[in-house]
Amino acid sequence: MSPTEPAVAVDRLFKAYKAVAAVNGISFALAPGSCTALLGGNGAGKTTTISTIMGLVEPTSGSVTVLGANMPRQRHLVLHRMNFESPYVNMPMRLSVRQNLTVFGMLYGVADLRGRIQRMAEELDLSEFLDRQTGKLSSGQKTRVALAKSLINDPEVLLLDEPTASLDPDTADWVRGRLERYRVERDATVLLASHNMAEVERLCDRVIMLKAGRIEDDDTPANLINRYGRSNLEEVFLDIARGTGEAREAAQ
Amino acid sequence: MTTQSPAYIAFSPRRIFAMVLRHWYLLKASWPRIFDLMYWPAVQMLMWGFLQVYISQHSGFFAQAAGAFIGAVMLWDILFRGQLGFSISFLEEMYSRNMGNLMMSPLRPIEFVMALMAMSVIRLAIGMVPVSLLAIAFFGFNLWGLGFALVAFFANLFLTSWAVAILVAGLLLRNGLGAESLAWGIMFLLLPLTCVYYPVAVLPSWLQFFAWMLPPTYVFEGMRAILIDHVFRADLMAQAFALNVVLLGASVVGFLVLLKSARREGTLLQGGD
Repeated sequence: MSPTEPAVAVDRLFKAYKAVAAVNGISFALAPGSCTALLGGNGAGKTTTISTIMGLVEPTSGSVTVLGANMPRQRHLVLHRMNFESPYVNMPMRLSVRQNLTVFGMLYGVADLRGRIQRMAEELDLSEFLDRQTGKLSSGQKTRVALAKSLINDPEVLLLDEPTASLDPDTADWVRGRLERYRVERDATVLLASHNMAEVERLCDRVIMLKAGRIEDDDTPANLINRYGRSNLEEVFLDIARGTGEAREAAQ
Repeated sequence: MTTQSPAYIAFSPRRIFAMVLRHWYLLKASWPRIFDLMYWPAVQMLMWGFLQVYISQHSGFFAQAAGAFIGAVMLWDILFRGQLGFSISFLEEMYSRNMGNLMMSPLRPIEFVMALMAMSVIRLAIGMVPVSLLAIAFFGFNLWGLGFALVAFFANLFLTSWAVAILVAGLLLRNGLGAESLAWGIMFLLLPLTCVYYPVAVLPSWLQFFAWMLPPTYVFEGMRAILIDHVFRADLMAQAFALNVVLLGASVVGFLVLLKSARREGTLLQGGD
């Protein structure tokens, strides 16, 4: 992949489950080092889009390329350079945090794994419960462990599906801070699906709005707020979700 | 934080070892899981062992064929527990909602399958080694005394158990936990057909045709040839092996087709019923 090539390229992606189109011909490209939010109501096609980028779902038509590799056909060429976090998956609960990180570190081919786990434990404040069973941790602690797993291989592309769902404001803020720092230090490409608009405004430099499997809008958070004549992204989201967006934009 | 991505490796023994380690950690942390590995094989062996003792006291034929029942039940357990050891390790990933993590990791399907094969051997060893020692202590039946024949029996039974388990894993990926009952019960379909406790000649001739299509049938016939006629039938083991190669190949193809279908239907992340 050359430096000018997008880290992720989605081209006319169409995915149907039987007769229902979950994603309907969307195209976008993510520049290396960018942070983009994928927003939309339930059933808008966010999870299907992210799953297709991860190689877990095969497109009905169109293509998805990650770091130059076609997904899912060539996924094994790039999976070691990507990672993800999602509330839809768990780490094995009976294993300790250290055991889980050891297993995933080995799966991702991480060198000097012991040192890497030690450094991550310090950076993500895991040290005090590193040898405790993952299932016995609080939600906030589990989220930190999931974050450690998603960063264990220093991914160039990081996919996050509602990374702060069900967290208290303090822990959620802490997670956002870590993600922000990681993206800057690693120059990583981040794609984030979230229902938390404040989170999106803080972390992302671009927002893709999905509705019924199509892209409804695509711009920076500031431009969207300005174009729709609203004071924050949540109001823009509601305009688009309720179908009043075009009228407001025209009025502006 | 560092800025170096790990290197791409097409086939990695380290990833296989990582998966074995993951399941070893799970076993180590849970004594009920270890107990369960030994409990049923021990109960089965004791029940059939005492039945054999009783029958042999009233039948000259069975007195001569000492160990035929105990041998049969122990070899059946290799077949059954071999499949179950593979399938349970696979199910553990679904129960813990870890499948998405694995499918998104660099772990390749062949490495996953090889790790589950290794786990089925480890799980079986934990159950069968103590039970085989109990068989010596209670009934004087030494499974290990079968020597090279035991190696041939083991190899063929494991190959069949893996072939069945790989196909079941594909069905679980495609259909989620709705297909779980297959993992627990599919092997019992082979119990009457593979003639575990009686010779193939007992079956009606049309059913014998199907029985001889199943590799374990050759193993159980081979076991009776050793215990009753004191002859090692290498020809039966070679035929079982040839059938196993075909069965395993078909099973791997079936697994890959089901995995592709799961990607198409988007069931890899769901895992539910």
